[in-house]
Amino acid sequence: MNIDIITSLYVFMLAAFIGFEVIRRVSPLLHTPLMSLTNALDAIAIVGAMILVGEGKSTLATVFGTIAIVAAMSNVVGGFLITDRMLRMFKASGAKK
Amino acid sequence: MIRSEYIIELAYLVATALFILALKWLSSPSTARRGVRAGELGMLMAIVGTLYHHGIVDYRWIAIALVLGTIIGVPLGMVHMTAVPQRTALSHAFGALCVTLVGTAEYYLHAPQVDRFMMAVLGLEVILGSLTFTGSLMAAGKLQEVLPQRPITFQGQNLVNLVILALAVALAACLVVSPGQTWLFPVIVVIGLVFGVLMIIPIGGADMPTVISLLNSYAGLSAAAMGFVLDSKLLIIAGALDGASGFILSVNMSKAMNRSFTNVLFGAFGQAQAGVAGTQQARPVRSATADEAAAILAAASKVVIVPGYGMAVAQAQHKVRELFDALTRRGVDVKFAIHPVAGRMPGHMNVLLAEADIPYDHLMGMEDINGDFPQTDVALVIGANDVTNPAARNDASSPIYGMPILDVDKARTVMVIKRGMSPGFAGIDNPLYYLDKTLMLFGDARAFVGGIVRELAGGDHH
Repeated sequence: MNIDIITSLYVFMLAAFIGFEVIRRVSPLLHTPLMSLTNALDAIAIVGAMILVGEGKSTLATVFGTIAIVAAMSNVVGGFLITDRMLRMFKASGAKK
Repeated sequence: MIRSEYIIELAYLVATALFILALKWLSSPSTARRGVRAGELGMLMAIVGTLYHHGIVDYRWIAIALVLGTIIGVPLGMVHMTAVPQRTALSHAFGALCVTLVGTAEYYLHAPQVDRFMMAVLGLEVILGSLTFTGSLMAAGKLQEVLPQRPITFQGQNLVNLVILALAVALAACLVVSPGQTWLFPVIVVIGLVFGVLMIIPIGGADMPTVISLLNSYAGLSAAAMGFVLDSKLLIIAGALDGASGFILSVNMSKAMNRSFTNVLFGAFGQAQAGVAGTQQARPVRSATADEAAAILAAASKVVIVPGYGMAVAQAQHKVRELFDALTRRGVDVKFAIHPVAGRMPGHMNVLLAEADIPYDHLMGMEDINGDFPQTDVALVIGANDVTNPAARNDASSPIYGMPILDVDKARTVMVIKRGMSPGFAGIDNPLYYLDKTLMLFGDARAFVGGIVRELAGGDHH
């Protein structure tokens, strides 16, 4: 258990560094799509909610988990959809319409 | 581990790589859509992989919830581009809701056998999650203008907020010591929810870009905390990426507003410091009509357009595109100067202009365009005010002194489309309007730009 926690801390730290390096390079032009995309990716929390509901260990877990899946799934679908809609609008000078 | 678990973990591993690639490809507009595809594929793999999890015995509620979430998600993905900031705030709220609910359920499944580290992380998860939930709802309400945009402040507000937050942390610490005190848990959640509301009410509309970024960061960190609790590396990484992204954007935004982080959180800015600007006598300004403006623009060789949120409010972006086309056809070099806080969230103005079909290589950030103003014939300001105020550069007594601005006043001629002489969001008078080289174009942004376009199209003027 304790070894797992330490491993998790390493993973968190490395991911934070990667995040800083990768996201610093994102053009300010695309900061709105960046936020909607990271928001969609963040909805990966849905995985935890699905296991919670699927295991069905308590009524509370099923009810809360189900609401959690609905909330996260709406972020997945809405987040990817709006990010792609926004990015489709960004066209370079040459490629008009 | 049994075999199916290895397969699921491998799916998560690939999903993690795809998530990082998604953000990497977002660095340039030419590869950005590939990034979305990568993110979608990663998400699909993770969700499908999870369905094979050996512990899942009942699929009914999962299926219902996935369908319901999709039904809610589609309209949220189809909102108008001007509504993207409130949609984003709402999705931060949904993400935080998910994290808070799962954290609560996990606690009651395991209490009182929760070890100390887990309990501390669970506490962090639900405090961050619950405050982000109500905070984001408040932010969305303010952006949608169903809640008053003006800051609500009272005496000792910061102290009250700090005490409330400290109370939540102290109760969480009690749970770390004795995780069996199950009644404490909902109290912590409620305090978090209350704090989220109190955190946002003193914040005014102009500071929303910073607040949204900050809430983005909190949402990410709470998800990462959930990853620790569930021992899910995928969730830790996704949360860390989101947290890092929100953090970078918050720092960008507070720099662009010349505010420190703590000032954003505890400053209750946006509150009218209008008195500081002093009494404004009716100083003389020069104004011009649409055909005069058209003649000056047609004679220019380099024009920089400075759009502000007022342009979006007036729905003028499509007329601005027509102006861009008309000038470009005449061989005028037209660029757009975008201040980082030009919209209601980071990068918002770029999206609004891209939607109006303005090519993105003409959209310039503040650092890239400021050196160009001395060589610019005409700077045309549409619906922007404070971000063009030279007082930020040269008047130490101005409330916005030190804020990075677009150096519009260095252009040879400045034209400002404005409804009237009322001061902007921050209630500060703008000396730019009284310069000899400045022409005020009074009127509605859309109508006025339309007028200029008509004049330009009306053949070469007399």
